[in-house]
Amino acid sequence: MALQDIPPPPTCNGSLAEAVLTAFLKEETSKAGFSKALLGLSGGVDSALVAELAARALGPENVLGLALPYKDSAPESLQLGKEAAHHAGIPIEILDITAIAKAHASAGAVDKKDQTRFGNILARIRMVALYDRSAKEGALVLGTSNKTELLLGYGTIHGDLASAINPIGDLYKSQVWSLSKHLGVPDEIVRRPPTADLWEGQTDEEELGFTYPEVDALLHLMVDSRYSKKTLLKEGFSEGLIDTVKARVQQNQYKRRPPIIAKLTPRTINLDYRYARDWGS
Amino acid sequence: MEFLAALCQIKPALGKLDDNLADHLEWIDKATEKKADLAMFPELSLTGYLLRDLAQEVALPIEAEPIQKLVSRSKDISIVFGFVEETSEHQFFNSAVFAEGGEILHVHRKAFLPDYGIFEEGRYFSAGDSMRPVQSRLGKFGLLVCEDAWHLSAGWLQFLQGVDAFLIPAASPARGIEADNEELSSQASWRTLREAMAIFFQSWVIHCNRVGVEDGAMFWGGSGVISPLGELQAEAPGAEEHLLLENISSEATKRARIQLPLLRGSRPDFVRRQLAQILQDPDALQESRP
Repeated sequence: MALQDIPPPPTCNGSLAEAVLTAFLKEETSKAGFSKALLGLSGGVDSALVAELAARALGPENVLGLALPYKDSAPESLQLGKEAAHHAGIPIEILDITAIAKAHASAGAVDKKDQTRFGNILARIRMVALYDRSAKEGALVLGTSNKTELLLGYGTIHGDLASAINPIGDLYKSQVWSLSKHLGVPDEIVRRPPTADLWEGQTDEEELGFTYPEVDALLHLMVDSRYSKKTLLKEGFSEGLIDTVKARVQQNQYKRRPPIIAKLTPRTINLDYRYARDWGS
Repeated sequence: MEFLAALCQIKPALGKLDDNLADHLEWIDKATEKKADLAMFPELSLTGYLLRDLAQEVALPIEAEPIQKLVSRSKDISIVFGFVEETSEHQFFNSAVFAEGGEILHVHRKAFLPDYGIFEEGRYFSAGDSMRPVQSRLGKFGLLVCEDAWHLSAGWLQFLQGVDAFLIPAASPARGIEADNEELSSQASWRTLREAMAIFFQSWVIHCNRVGVEDGAMFWGGSGVISPLGELQAEAPGAEEHLLLENISSEATKRARIQLPLLRGSRPDFVRRQLAQILQDPDALQESRP
């Protein structure tokens, strides 16, 4: 279906979003007892945007970018990661994870051809590197998963989905693009086809089977505006897309929630022992 | 009626009563320095908003020392503040206190508890069942805590009793950042609501919203004073703590009520008869009946 036949993806007023998200970063970081933050810079637009926001909120000297390449990562990823750091004015350090990944894969007898398992290993090694560095630097790990990824479950649990606070988890990919442009993220980063870069030639849209603008338009109306399937069909979305996306969102609910705890006592953590996370700060 | 209102747009710390009390006293000093007659704080200003199970833990009876300490500070300046009130029956209310002359003149218990979106007040609080104004040395005020103001009936009940101004302590979180929004959609809704309220009731609307972030939700501030003709007189910036000062006078109310004499035409008895009929008709309210 041609894109013009369906509603446009959700938009974003850059100045409003910037004000809310920098206030969020400033407060949630300091309330957690931190003044510094760090994040993995993948060379993609999501982490470039978080770097920009964090630099503005905390001061660029208080934000550290880590590039965590594997030997088969696209060279472009590292180069664009550096560019993102440069534009945000934050330092970047490079830690090659090839040796760790190989050791891990061989210890667990993982064949590199098992792309999902090996990709998850890479994502989780990066998580370990970020959290280790977090303890050393006294810097909070910033999340870089957007709302589209979170809803579709397009991410590795305890891998790239792990973070302390996430400023962009309520922005659809289309809004990430528009806010990135507003903040002046370099064009080649904004325009690069989104990729998890876990294997050669991987792109999000090919793997997902639909484009971000169309799925964002659908998710926005389905989730935020609570449109019924009947209305979504009337809006021009195909039944196949609606059903696939709905099933995906539902199947991946587990990635968005803490583990389920078996209830035995009168007050079970998170079920009926309920405090804001900020309670602890 | 002629007085200077000081809207203390603060950032309460979640669950930290002692810190918040100290903060209140500082802001009252600031308002006093500016020769304000009224210092008004946002909803649940002594406790923070997203309390969940903390609600019962930070709750205090009205006689408790921190409350009395704040009240005793009201000898020279009237004070409006919010806290979780625990009754002797161990009921918990989202309450706003009006203190003056070193005494509590009135406690308004939030009557309409939001239970949608991020709100879950019905889980923790009992709903207040009174909508009475407070007669202060400064004038007659209708206190409405946040969601109360979204129910026209609440404002109308206060209006019938002859209020000069509505005092609305609030904790409204930011949402709605689409490109064609000039401001947050939650802020835009409140802007419309408080101006409409002033026009409906030819009364001053004094709206004090908090700032700060709790678990990802940013309270947008933007506290404001609207004249009885529905015109914005003063507005605090968003997202930061601010002391907003504005003169409130009954002359503006008089002009508005001559231009729009809606109070005399409000026919409460007619409304009561209609309401009684509607409530007696099993089909009239159907599923919407509370």
